[in-house]
Amino acid sequence: MFDDFILRALAAGVGVALVAAVLGCFVVWRRMAYFGDSLSHSALLGIALGMASGLSYSLGIFLVCALFATALTWLQHQRILATDTLLGILAHASLSFGVVLISLLDESGFNLHSYLFGDILTVGRADILWIYGGGVIVLAMLGWHWTSLTLMTISEDLARAEGVNTFFANLVLMALMTLVVSVSIRIVGILLVTSMLIIPAATARQWARSPEGMAAGAAVIGIVAVIAGIYGSLWFDTPSGPSIVSAAALLFFVTLMVAFTRKR
Amino acid sequence: MSTLITADNLFVSRRDQVILHDVSLRIGERDFITLIGPNGAGKSMLLKCLLGFYKPDAGRIERADDLRVAYVPQSLKADTTLPITVSRFLTLRQKPARDVLDNAIAETGIESLVAKPLQVLSGGEMQRVLMARALLSEPQLLVMDEPAQNLDISGQLAFYRLVDDVYHRRGLSVLMVSHDLHWVMASTRQVICLYHHVCCTGTPQAVAQDPQFVALFGEDMSKLMAMYRHSHDHNHLHDSASDGCGFPHE
Repeated sequence: MFDDFILRALAAGVGVALVAAVLGCFVVWRRMAYFGDSLSHSALLGIALGMASGLSYSLGIFLVCALFATALTWLQHQRILATDTLLGILAHASLSFGVVLISLLDESGFNLHSYLFGDILTVGRADILWIYGGGVIVLAMLGWHWTSLTLMTISEDLARAEGVNTFFANLVLMALMTLVVSVSIRIVGILLVTSMLIIPAATARQWARSPEGMAAGAAVIGIVAVIAGIYGSLWFDTPSGPSIVSAAALLFFVTLMVAFTRKR
Repeated sequence: MSTLITADNLFVSRRDQVILHDVSLRIGERDFITLIGPNGAGKSMLLKCLLGFYKPDAGRIERADDLRVAYVPQSLKADTTLPITVSRFLTLRQKPARDVLDNAIAETGIESLVAKPLQVLSGGEMQRVLMARALLSEPQLLVMDEPAQNLDISGQLAFYRLVDDVYHRRGLSVLMVSHDLHWVMASTRQVICLYHHVCCTGTPQAVAQDPQFVALFGEDMSKLMAMYRHSHDHNHLHDSASDGCGFPHE
């Protein structure tokens, strides 16, 4: 049953899983999970703006996410409120603005559900180009700055003393998250994007001995989860996004149990 | 002797608070300078300006060409989510020659730690690993911000002994912030007492008797410093007689 749409779904899913898992290691190490979650919530406003302007949704998502990251950085520098408060406000404000705007536009045929939970079985060739184009950029940037980012994760001061431009590196990391979140939304949806970043990385942590090992392990786990999730969703006739995340979560719990019993 | 770093008339303010006011200093070859001062006196800010983290609002910092500076932070809490061994941490973002690496490991006595994950190290072990990493660039200047702050007494003594050894063996310069007066009195050749501006500077004995120091830290502290000096004189004679590790006084 290798239909075209399944092949496209697999190609898109594997691409997203690979890139998200590698970037996800930094999300786990630098505790950016809540940032990723908030970022993806703001994507709905991007979809609404894309719809209102008649331009592509992906472009709208990317622009709003970029604006979100900039606004957050600026507000953090004002030091008036804690970051989690700011994230909560920005995330839910943009989510609500997005929903209100979409309902005002009253677009027929718009399926909010497919954006909240993803719809991998409808991806087209253009989506795949977006995913692989963005993916190559993200992996190249991560590979290029890998050791600097890792050192910065261990100690920001040490990295600065050794000549790493930590402000720029933080900016790069945020930009990469923006890119990954905006292309991953088609696959697993706004509500589940963060799980593609953190579950494979958290699973790989159980037995990884080096930063690179954890990234490679996360990539493998992410890809396995996507393939299992897509076939599972076809087999059981369940929604694809939640099926992929369920597969990833099952892998996480199994490795956790294995690690736990081995320790005892 | 050639100059490594000169700072002229540095001014730094943050949020309308003056942090550094007209601070000038010069670090030469083989200098051993300790910065002391109350909390919030701007010691860390001064270090960070000298390291190039921040640009001072006014004033000038001049570094010798191709100056190699290494930094040992106060402490490092390795996050358990990031799997990394000590040896990988040492060579992260730098590719030292084999003998340079071996020397640094031997000098800091961390041979038994290199295969361990970074997270399992004790505070004292971590500071030695950070020192080893700092030495890999074969620095001319070692900058440390309260490097023994989080160690217990024996850990502090061991770490300061290591700093001493490194200073003598390598002939580098040391600039550090330290609150451990015993160490300051015993090992430092120059003390800079900072409270937003340079209150006084000189040998530890001279600083301890300076009216500005007394005004800042109180009569008791001055007496305490003098006492440390006194006890140190005995130790010092003893030390130099036994292992020749005494300081060459100018």
